[in-house]
Amino acid sequence: MRTEAAELVFDEATKVYPGRESAAVDHLSLTVPAGEICVLVGPSGGGKTTALKLVNRLIPLTGGDIRIDGTSILEQDVVALRRSIGYVIQQVGLFPHMTVEGNIGTVPRLYRRPRSWIKARSAELLELVGLDPSYAKRFPAQLSGGERQRVGLARALAANPPLMLMDEPFGAIDPIVRARLQDEFLRLQKEIRKTVVFVTHDVDEAIKVGDRIAILREGGRLAQYDTPQQILEHPADEFVAEFVGRDRALKALALRTLGELELSPATEDGLPRLPADTSLRDALALLVAERRNALLVIGADGAPLGVATREDLLA
Amino acid sequence: MTGWRLADGGPVIPNFGRGSECLRDNGWLCTSWVRQHWGDILQPALVQHIELTLIAVGIGFAIAFLLALVGFRWRVFDPPLGAFTDILYTIPSIALYQLLVPVTGLTVTTIEIALVSYTLFVLYRNIVAGLRAVPPEVLESARGMGLTRRQTFLRVELPLAAPAILAGLRVATVATISIATVAAFLIYYGLGGPIFDALGQPDIFRTELLASGGLAILLALSADALLALLQRALTPWSRLR
Repeated sequence: MRTEAAELVFDEATKVYPGRESAAVDHLSLTVPAGEICVLVGPSGGGKTTALKLVNRLIPLTGGDIRIDGTSILEQDVVALRRSIGYVIQQVGLFPHMTVEGNIGTVPRLYRRPRSWIKARSAELLELVGLDPSYAKRFPAQLSGGERQRVGLARALAANPPLMLMDEPFGAIDPIVRARLQDEFLRLQKEIRKTVVFVTHDVDEAIKVGDRIAILREGGRLAQYDTPQQILEHPADEFVAEFVGRDRALKALALRTLGELELSPATEDGLPRLPADTSLRDALALLVAERRNALLVIGADGAPLGVATREDLLA
Repeated sequence: MTGWRLADGGPVIPNFGRGSECLRDNGWLCTSWVRQHWGDILQPALVQHIELTLIAVGIGFAIAFLLALVGFRWRVFDPPLGAFTDILYTIPSIALYQLLVPVTGLTVTTIEIALVSYTLFVLYRNIVAGLRAVPPEVLESARGMGLTRRQTFLRVELPLAAPAILAGLRVATVATISIATVAAFLIYYGLGGPIFDALGQPDIFRTELLASGGLAILLALSADALLALLQRALTPWSRLR
């Protein structure tokens, strides 16, 4: 399922709520390249959800502009604009009186797609989000929280939008299922390559999910917009450093895997073995726990690739 | 109702029958009488009663729905509309009939006006409550996906309010069937006709009372069951929670 993704540009986007002195989103300027995940993160009051809802005009801009593939959102019919953007929220908001298939077919029906098309599309999307096709005939009340969120994602993808807005999509889900959903979402994104704006208040989720992270501070001002690596290694200021946490060096280790290191040839026997796709953070944790100084990296086929020392991990 | 009976002393031979022994003894259910008068008393009364109910609930639903649309769309109108239907519901039915007689006379119209005004309360409340109960996240996702205001109402709000609306319809229908029997206080119409007739006899005419009263009860029960089935069929999802 190849789709085109859209470039999203915030251009001095500003929102001041009526009767408020200060802005909720203050001259926000950033560009999300087509096909990338941009995570908006920050403390409450940072205006991340407001910034997200400016894009599909659930909240009207009071200044500046937002462009999707060069076209201002203000120049488009608001209903057509929303139908062309996938929208996923924390509480999912599935329609309880419709089956899973009926829910997924919501936007395609607005586009007057035939029933057979919707049926096929729904089966395809269920598979994509990791649900059995038999779920098509179930009602939302018959699903678990994680399953509902998957259906919510499938529904947002139904009309193949070039842009997805996701407002804390995994926020209400227990940590174990959340981690799995995050992994599956990233796997899915590799396939479909949408432009995604993803709001979360969880720094770890932002680092895990984002190609780029926009950190917003109180008053809706952009503190830093960069890749997770850059933000962890070179926080722009005190606020960002504090927000990403004292353990940011460790978080940065979590972004890289053993496979990315330059390994030295194996000389020693009896080293702990770890697969190449283990993160440096997990590898270091193992060395600390086992009081060892080096480990043997093995490939997917189980063959040893080489040795990594503590110094290699921390370099 | 004893005041209606002739003030007399000992047992009176009921004048309802040259008929069977059962009738002479004023038995509880003389099948011969029921068979004999099904065509000229009971069946017409039953049909009239069903008509009264259908028209009252139909018109009542139409009015309540329009009022509910206003009360739902513009919240300021909800309290006064709610209070209005509440006041109508509070007036005792016999008093309402008597209030209406000078205006609309001793007619079926008078009865219908009274019956309709009683249905408004429960129907209005249930329709508004059903529409209001749609979860905010459902409305937000509808809006976010690009449904228009009208599409949101027809495809999301109204179907989600259906269980509450149908529940209101059930209560209104059963209540109307019951209140409609009192209409015969005004004119001989519906199942209340033979009921009042039986009660008005020097000695209560048991067979007629039981037959016509029983029909009213059966009618109420079957209407309730029918609407319950309709509710199940139309909103299969509502039983899943």
